[in-house]
Amino acid sequence: MIEIRWHGRGGQGAKTAALLLADAAFETGLYVQGFPEYGPERMGAPITAYNRLSESPIRVHSNIYDPDIVVVVDETLLKSVDVAAGLKETGKLLINTNSEPESVLKAFPGFKGSIYAIDAADISRRTIGRNLPNTPLLSAVVKLSGIMDEESFFENMKKAFREKFSHKTEMIDGNMNAVREAWASVVPLNEVAARN
Amino acid sequence: MSRKDRMSGNQAIAVAIRQINPDVIAAFPITPSTEIPQYVSAFKADGLIDTEFIAVESEHSAMSACIGASAAGVRAMTATSSAGMALMYELLYVAASDRLPIVMAAVNRALTGPININADHSDSMGAKDSGWIQIYSENAQEAYDNMLMAHRIAEHPDVLLPVMICQDGFITSHAIENIVIEDDESARAFTGEYNPAKHLLNPKESLGVGPYSVSAFYMEMKRSQFEAMNNARKVIRDVSEDFAKRMGRSYGMFEAYRMEDAETAVLLMGSSAGTGKDAVDALREKGVKAGLVKLRVFRPFPAEELATVFRGVKALGIMDKCDGFSGNGGPLGAEVRAALYGKSDGIKTCNYIFGLGGRDIKVEDFRVIFGELKDGIDGKPLPDCRYIGVRG
Repeated sequence: MIEIRWHGRGGQGAKTAALLLADAAFETGLYVQGFPEYGPERMGAPITAYNRLSESPIRVHSNIYDPDIVVVVDETLLKSVDVAAGLKETGKLLINTNSEPESVLKAFPGFKGSIYAIDAADISRRTIGRNLPNTPLLSAVVKLSGIMDEESFFENMKKAFREKFSHKTEMIDGNMNAVREAWASVVPLNEVAARN
Repeated sequence: MSRKDRMSGNQAIAVAIRQINPDVIAAFPITPSTEIPQYVSAFKADGLIDTEFIAVESEHSAMSACIGASAAGVRAMTATSSAGMALMYELLYVAASDRLPIVMAAVNRALTGPININADHSDSMGAKDSGWIQIYSENAQEAYDNMLMAHRIAEHPDVLLPVMICQDGFITSHAIENIVIEDDESARAFTGEYNPAKHLLNPKESLGVGPYSVSAFYMEMKRSQFEAMNNARKVIRDVSEDFAKRMGRSYGMFEAYRMEDAETAVLLMGSSAGTGKDAVDALREKGVKAGLVKLRVFRPFPAEELATVFRGVKALGIMDKCDGFSGNGGPLGAEVRAALYGKSDGIKTCNYIFGLGGRDIKVEDFRVIFGELKDGIDGKPLPDCRYIGVRG
């Protein structure tokens, strides 16, 4: 079972992203859970959402405390939320950021897993035309989770976008470009830092 | 043909309602059940159902409208949670005593205060003595299946009682999970048509519903409710058996999980049962004889069967997602102990209060409980009641 925790701010779509990931994983035949932690929602307040993806039925109904993957939708959360809490030593931390790799790595001095960065804001602005980080983040997290290969994920997303944007077909290409670009650009930060 | 799908518990209930296509739905929105009337009104707008959807101004009115519709002789449904259900309490008693087979989708949420929107069972436990049949669901699949069975149980001539199908707010109502959805025809055929023997709008046979009842009649009315609730045991079993035959998923009054040779066991209702089963499996791998009973039907209460299933168990944790503030534990604790008394004596018990207002319960918490129960067998005193997963 792969357990994923999303950190975002109210209104940024972390919940929607978790539900989209559940949809994508379901299409591959996996058992899925996608659920947010609900409270007094306010725009901009820190929120958490979760995914479980498994080859066997999922019965547990608690939150996730030892995730395999953590996704940080908003890097300003790094200052106030311990996003890496409980993350497995072999775990993966994916951060939506345009900061220098060194400064991001510095925020997690003891973390032994891999840290990945993606500039989902930039990708979505260029491909979709607005800051909608969900689509690129979804692509990146699917790649990191290894639940689907590139080709079947792209096919899956194309089908989903065709349904979703049946009345706005001009949106399909932009979203597909976001998916492709995000898949290609998600890289381990320590490799980037070493290259620099 | 059934199909594999994924959806939230609220969506699953909405799909069941669409398939059942009831005559009347009257509802007022309250978190976390709001999505159900939302979906239903969309179905109505899209022409997928011909239900009369009444957007009332309060839950008191929602249940009143259901009572009127059901007395008139049609299928009436509602959905609610928490304080919304509390605002219905008076009418819940009216619906049950008028023997109206109304069906409610209850999405369990804490009853205030402090104000809180998350899950516990204090809302439906407040209605435990209202005369409604109460069926609890572990996940979206069970919520859907229970809803498909609800009308047949409620409308059976030996029963004629309202039914609430409960699921845990947010934990299952708002979580996407895998589910098997039956095709519309099979679902509709299973629920069947509603042809009440008696109803208010029958010009050939005049009928009074809900008149004043003097002392000379009142107690007979109450005893008829008692008999109906007892009759519901067999009807629930029969309907569940038919469901298993047709849909392939079987349900009893409760689910006994790895209870065969269990020495320590827990009993609980709703979504946390799944977490408990994972804990039981982990303990079994270590050789601990742990078991779990998930109560599905709380009303009517299967006292005799519970006394039987726990025979042989040495220590039992009865887990309430609600504190009755008796100072001695919650409603499940009291009822399960009463069921054991004189039938399966000698079992050490502790009534655990957990998960109030959405407090998360983990596999680890179950390990702690099973550990305490084992210590209890070994002679360490078990408290009558204790809160678990709480600070201080």
